[in-house]
Amino acid sequence: MSHAGTIDIRQLHKQYDVKGQPLKVLEDINLSIRPGEFISIVGSSGCGKSTLLRLIIGLEGDYQGQLLLDGQRIQGTSLDRGIVFQEHRLFPWLTVDQNVALGLLNAPGTQASKDKSVQEHIHLVGLKGFEKAYPYQLSGGMSQRVAIARALVNRPEVLLLDEPFGALDALTRSRLQQELQRIWQAEGITAILVTHDVEEAVYLGDRVVVMQPRPGRIKRIVDVNLPRPRDRVAADFVALKDDVLSEFSHEINHATVAERAERAIPLAA
Amino acid sequence: MSTSSDSLQVARKWPDWRPLALPLALIALWALATSRGWVDTKVVVPPAQVLATAWQELFNPTFYQGVALSLWRDLSGFALGSTAGVLLGVLLGVSPLARWMIGPTFHSLRQVSLFAWLPLLAAVAGSGDLSKIVFVAFSAFYPMVLATLEGVQGVSAAHAEVARVYGFSGPQRLFRLILPSAAPQILSGIQLALIYAWLGTIGAEFLLYDFSNGLGQIVIKGRSAFRVDVILFGLFVIGLIGYGFARLTARLERRLLRWRPPALH
Repeated sequence: MSHAGTIDIRQLHKQYDVKGQPLKVLEDINLSIRPGEFISIVGSSGCGKSTLLRLIIGLEGDYQGQLLLDGQRIQGTSLDRGIVFQEHRLFPWLTVDQNVALGLLNAPGTQASKDKSVQEHIHLVGLKGFEKAYPYQLSGGMSQRVAIARALVNRPEVLLLDEPFGALDALTRSRLQQELQRIWQAEGITAILVTHDVEEAVYLGDRVVVMQPRPGRIKRIVDVNLPRPRDRVAADFVALKDDVLSEFSHEINHATVAERAERAIPLAA
Repeated sequence: MSTSSDSLQVARKWPDWRPLALPLALIALWALATSRGWVDTKVVVPPAQVLATAWQELFNPTFYQGVALSLWRDLSGFALGSTAGVLLGVLLGVSPLARWMIGPTFHSLRQVSLFAWLPLLAAVAGSGDLSKIVFVAFSAFYPMVLATLEGVQGVSAAHAEVARVYGFSGPQRLFRLILPSAAPQILSGIQLALIYAWLGTIGAEFLLYDFSNGLGQIVIKGRSAFRVDVILFGLFVIGLIGYGFARLTARLERRLLRWRPPALH
């Protein structure tokens, strides 16, 4: 079992320059993530949740405040953090096992131990027998499983998931959510999931971080004290889900008013 | 699960004769025109005469020397030009500084017709093999640079981020991301460069005439001797070799790009 990472985010601010004007993307983010914890971050588009994830993986830099992994400031990408993007991002010219092995390209270890690890992780995501398939031969769900295996194969301390199941159909999505929970428990790893799907956030998270947009900040953190595996139709699950959803009711009302206003124009004309 | 090579083999069970219909019809028309006297048979020789010349030439060691000489000029020039082309294409593709400093010069120079360089080349390096090979190398160089550049600039930002996440070094980026990603365009470039190199070889043998024995010179000699049969035979061999190259690269492409989904027809 791999060592699970601790993440500390303190007074994190991030802004972009848009045509010379500063645009605040993240404002005063404070969050401590325990080793082995599963954190869901949920929010509407534009709330900066993906930017937060890209800061943690190290694909974005240039922030104010503190962003620490096991007490060390995060600077750039590193093999101690793995990521699954919304699109699978497999290399189309490599087979499944070669794609998974990319995660070990710059990791220590002998070739034999790497081959074994690749095999284990292909089994872990349930793709035994597809080692020599090319990405074009896989379905969307299978491709995302390969991406999960690639992210986990070098045994990172933290697994980051950026709306990994957003592009999948509902059936595949709920099956992969169950699988992800099983894999997370098996690996004992710290996980951060970014999603706009409240049910997914509650189903998987130990805590659900609700973010709000313009500028992106944390609105509320909800503890999910439900035993796993969780039952999506149980009363306490539904109550928690509704509680999180209620945080968006203001935004939804707001959007509805704006939409009505837009629709009113052609009607009046 | 089926792979693309399986389905290709199923599709090509026996050779298809239909592509031969057009050339056979043209030859029949040609035979008819010469036998009926519709044309001056001194200018348009009958097919049988070309066939007889071909039969003679096939037992003539000079002919094979000519083929070998032309192929040597073609392939050595192609090797030099396409290698340099891939290198410059990658450099222009990955380095904004190189694009800034070399790009404008390259794009201006390639506007000058290759044949316009021949007098200069002949003046500097003579009309021997060196000039011919340099000329062939340039013929292959330009399409190769452009194809490689297009391929390298097409590397997706999403894949580049994956490379960053896994800490790819410079060489790893080049050999595991950029070159495989650009392989389809590079292979198209190779196909084009082989065609251009072969055109350039014959062109150089026509225009940098030096009494050696390439295929191009066989045709020139046929013209000076007013032997239309020799000219036609030479053209036929030149075309056949070019066709062979095209088939070879198509096969290479199928093999190297088997990771791509089979094309829809």
